[in-house]
Parts: sequence; C-alpha cells; structure tokens
Amino acid sequence: MKKLIAGIVATACLTIGLAGVSFGADTVKLAVVGAHSGDLASYGLPTVNAAKLAVAKVNAEGGVMGKQVELIVQDDQCKPELATNAATKVVSEGADVVLGHICSGATKAALGIYKDADIICMSPSATNTALTASGDYPNFFRTIASDDDQAIVEYEFVLNTLGAKTVAIIHDKGDYGKGFATLVKDYIEKSGKAEVVLFEGVTPGAVDYTAVVQKVRRAKPDCVVFGGYHPEASKIVTTMRKKRMKTPFLSEDGVKDDTFIKVARKYAEGVYATGPIDVSKNPIHLEAVEAHKKEFGSEPGAFFDNAYAAALALLNGIDKAGTTEFAAVKKALQTEFVETPLGRIKFDSKGDAEGVGFLMYQVRNGQFVEVE
Amino acid sequence: MEACPYDFIVSKVRAYSESTMEYFLELFFGGLTRGSIYALIALGYTMVYGIIELINFAHGEIYMIGAFTALIVAGVLTALGFNSVAILILATIVAVIYSSAYGYTIEKIAYRPLRSAPRLSPLISAIGMSLFLQNYVLLAQTSDFLPFPELLPHFEFMDPYYAIMGSAELIIILTTVTVMIALSCMIKFTKIGKAMRATAQSKKMAMLVGVNVDKVISMTFVTGSALAAIGGVLIASHIGQINFYIGFIAGIKAFTAAVLGGIGSIPGAVLGSLILGWTESFCTGYISSDYEDVFAFALLVLILIFRPAGLLGRSSTQKV
Repeated sequence: MKKLIAGIVATACLTIGLAGVSFGADTVKLAVVGAHSGDLASYGLPTVNAAKLAVAKVNAEGGVMGKQVELIVQDDQCKPELATNAATKVVSEGADVVLGHICSGATKAALGIYKDADIICMSPSATNTALTASGDYPNFFRTIASDDDQAIVEYEFVLNTLGAKTVAIIHDKGDYGKGFATLVKDYIEKSGKAEVVLFEGVTPGAVDYTAVVQKVRRAKPDCVVFGGYHPEASKIVTTMRKKRMKTPFLSEDGVKDDTFIKVARKYAEGVYATGPIDVSKNPIHLEAVEAHKKEFGSEPGAFFDNAYAAALALLNGIDKAGTTEFAAVKKALQTEFVETPLGRIKFDSKGDAEGVGFLMYQVRNGQFVEVE
Repeated sequence: MEACPYDFIVSKVRAYSESTMEYFLELFFGGLTRGSIYALIALGYTMVYGIIELINFAHGEIYMIGAFTALIVAGVLTALGFNSVAILILATIVAVIYSSAYGYTIEKIAYRPLRSAPRLSPLISAIGMSLFLQNYVLLAQTSDFLPFPELLPHFEFMDPYYAIMGSAELIIILTTVTVMIALSCMIKFTKIGKAMRATAQSKKMAMLVGVNVDKVISMTFVTGSALAAIGGVLIASHIGQINFYIGFIAGIKAFTAAVLGGIGSIPGAVLGSLILGWTESFCTGYISSDYEDVFAFALLVLILIFRPAGLLGRSSTQKV
C-alpha cells in the first residue's frame, strides 16, 4: 500500500514536473486571480483588464527576459473556499507569478498554497494588515497601502479635523471591514482624546439596518465610522438620513466607489471615505486609461491603477532578476524601482509598496473630492 | 428660584422613561417593518408548501426578478414622463405578470416532471432553479448594485413620526396585512381556494372528484410569484438598491420565518415573520447586532423543540 501511494505521488510529481518544463519554458506565465463574478465582481474585473493591457504593453516592448508573457485568469468570487481551488489550479497550470487576489479573506486563504509552491503573489487591493505585518507570508506583496494606513488617516481626521469626542463604529464582520474598524477603535482609545460609544458588527446583505441605526441615534455620537463595503454603507447612510440624522458618516476604500454614489444618490452627499492618493496626472496612468478606453470602450474600474502597477512591478521584477526563481524575484522587487501609474515604487521588507498612501475624500455634488 | 430636588428627580426619571419608551417603540416599529418585509416573501413559500409540500427555493429569485422587472419598467416610464403614481402601479403590474409567468414556467419545467419522484428530487431541482435564475440575471443584467427609484409615495402626515416609521414602511406593513387577508379569503371562500385545499389534503382524491390538479398547482405558483413580485417592488423601493443576489438572503430569512410560524399556514407565515423581525430588532437594540442572527436562529430552534410544526402549523401525521 505504501509503495503504491509513493508510486502515485512520484508519477504525479513527474507529470507536473514535465508539464512545467514543456509548457513553462517558452513563456512567462502571469496568473490573475480575483472576483470575476459574484456580487464583488466590480472589484475584480478591472484587474483582469489592467493585466491584459500591462501584458500587451510589455509584450510589445519585447517581453520579459526575451520571452512573451502569457495570462492565466481564474475566478474566486472573493470567497476563501473558491480561492484555494483557484490557487491550486493556477499553480498546476504553471504560473510563475500571481497578480491577486482581490479580497483579503480570499487572498489569505490562497497564500499558503503559493508559499508552498514558491510563487510570488501580489495583490492590488487586499489591505488586511496581517497579510504583510504578520510575516507569515514571505511571498506576499501588494501595491495598495494596508488597513493600518487607512485607519491612521481616518482616526486623525476624526479627532483633528472633525474634532469628534464620541464616535460610533460599525463594521460588516468581514476580514476587511472588521479589521479596519478594530484598528480605528484601538487608535482612538489609545489617543484618549475621544470615546468609542458603540462598536458593532452588522450582517451583510440584511434587508434593512433600521435597528442598528436607531441604536446609533440613541448613542448620539459626533460621527459614525463604518468598516465594510458599499452595499451596506449605502443602506446604512440612507436609513440614517431618512431618520434625519446629520451625523458625519466616514468609511474607507470599500465604500469609495462610484457605485456607492450611484446607489445612495442624494444620501451619499457629504459622506467621507479614505482612498488611495490621486494619480490622475501620472503619465503612465494616463497612458493606461487611454489604452483601456481604446481596448474596452469604457473608463477603468476599481483598483485598476494598483493592478496595472502590480503587473508592471511583477514583470519588471522577473526581468531584472533574469529568472522566475522565487528568491531572486523577491530581491528584485525590494531593490529595483519601477515606474508605475502609482509613481516610482519598490517594496519594503514586509511586502508593502513604499510611497502608496491614503487620503480623505468626501462626496460633493455626486463626486468624491479630495478633502484639503 | 429655589431648586427642589424632588422635582428634579421626577423630571429626570420621566425624561429617562420617555426616552426608553421612545427607543422601545422605534425598535418595535423597526422590527415590524422588517417582519413585514419577510412576510411578503414568506407568504409565497408557505402557500406553495401548503399545497404540494415543496420548498420552492427559487421563490427568492422570483422576488428578485420582480424587482428587476419593475426597475426596467420604471426606467422606461420615467423616460416617457409618466407621473410617479402611474409608474408605481404600471411597474408593479408588469412585474406581477412577468414574475407570474416565471413561476408558472418554473413549475412546468422543473417541478411537474418530478411530481411522482421522491421528495428530495424536486427539492434539488428547486435549488438548481434558484442558482440558474441568479446567474441568468447576473449574465443578462449586471453584477453591480443598481439604484432602485423611490417609487413609493411620500405621505406628509407621516413626517412627525419620521424617527419611528416612514411612508414606505407604512405602505409595506399595510400591504402585508391586506395580502394576508386577501389570501386567506381566497383560500377559504373561492372555488379555486377550495380546490387548493382539496389538493393539499390529497392530490389523488382531488383528482378523483374532478379537480384539475395541474391547474390548481399552476395557479398556486402564479399566485405565490405575484406576491413575490409585489414584495420585490415594495422592498426594493424601500431599500433603494438591488442586485441579482438579493433574493437569496431575503429568501432564506423568509423561509426561516415561514417555518417558525408553521410552514403551510398563511397567518403563521406572517406571525413567524413578525416574530423574527422583532427578535432581530430588539436583539440589535438591547444586546448587540453582532448576535442578531444567533438569537433569531436560537429562537427558531427553541420554538421547533416545543412546537415541531411551528407556531400555527398543524401537526399531522405524514401522508406516506
């Protein structure tokens, strides 16, 4: 029995090894994994477009190490259980590097698989702090600032700009939303300048949030901080405004999406949300957007620049390293600067991109505008 | 003026109890609205189960399709310059017709061929239908959240009560009550209602005495789907956003409510929904919204331990 199992394992290894040699040699394979369907697809699909455009650009300029770059696209719907399947699939298809995943929960679930396979994974959007700070995933990089960064911007804004003394914090119980909410709470409590009067999670997708809004109303906070995504945020803020609460509503990057303004309409007015720095004047950004319009006939969506930057950084890393071997590429990512739509970036020892920060935005006349 | 400690204390206590009472009322009406939302969907579940003992998991999707139809119709009518009441009525009518057609077709395609199969087969078929419809709308429409216009009229007389209840909430509650009464009357007093009750008791026997069972079951699906469409329009208009996935969670909650009240019983579905709504609302208000679902389902378990058929369900021996 033992021999039989050993035999099967050996055969399997051999087959995979052969596949790797026969298909992997002539191209560099960039896997793009994220939510391409499901209710968070609007976060994931722009990354696929970004990867296609970045790869087309790199290939047109002669490819990486003289080889053409090939895309492998896999859908994880932002669900951890699907993310592990997707990861296994792209590993078995011989991916050299991975661009993804989109949601923090899904990324976390998939990272172990890439780590075992010695594959570098770079997310354009997974902001959960522990992904880099914990040091558990030496193969993880990202082109977006972590939740900590957002939380610091958020709590400084709450305390210094708004001058709030009491704060209510609501989150959606998810890795992303709760992670952010907890950080803001910790920072506020540590500062001692304000009091957190309410800290609660709501169930995403519930038909209404009247009860929790009534609870916030009773607590009479100076402002409400929400950690989560735009569907819940728009429901909560709509209910608040319908109950004639004028309390400032602050959230983060999961809410700073045009869909939020489109859905919450007039109730979105005045809502604050943190988001990445404005790159609208960056030449590579402009070039990428132009290419997107030409190729897909529309404006790019969420995390497009981060994804474009990640694709360029990964391919540049391989090119500079002259190999797809893990340690060499990792070193190249940490030492070689690369010009991207986010500016000139390289990565720190934990895997966070340097010089990619957050700012506070506010909805004014149906648009997110940077708050001075 | 001399301060009187007694008066001061009385006024404090009064203010406190007033605010406590007000808070209680806010939660009460919040729960009532939420319960009514569940009830509009639960009625369709319970009706189909009552007649053919099938848990129609695609019911939540019918509700979602109703909302989408109304959104599209409302968009067209707004562009044509209709006024808001006309839009609400026309959009609801079209949504009802469209959803009913879906309900009728689903029954014909997915459930009728399996009527004599073991009970698990149509159940699986229902889950499949639910997934199919979700993905169909995803592909045919969009994965994004779409804004749903506020179709429901705004009553000025509700303005003073804005903290407790808005116009949309009032309309939802009134519709739920009306629908429940109308449905009960239909089943009690009309010919088709009688045929439905006969079919529920025994399909074979009903057939023997000349009831067209196929037609009765089709009618049941059409009615259930029409209710879901009405629910879809009202609820989407209240919440202000829809996407292809809204039917799933609302459907699960409504199904829970129907079981709580006694699946198959029409007043039971409404009672179960209200109890579920209140449990969630009070739990959020007085304990924590983190445990909202925990308490809701703990209550379900407790009720089912003591009344396995649900609150108003008749416990009958299985007809095998």
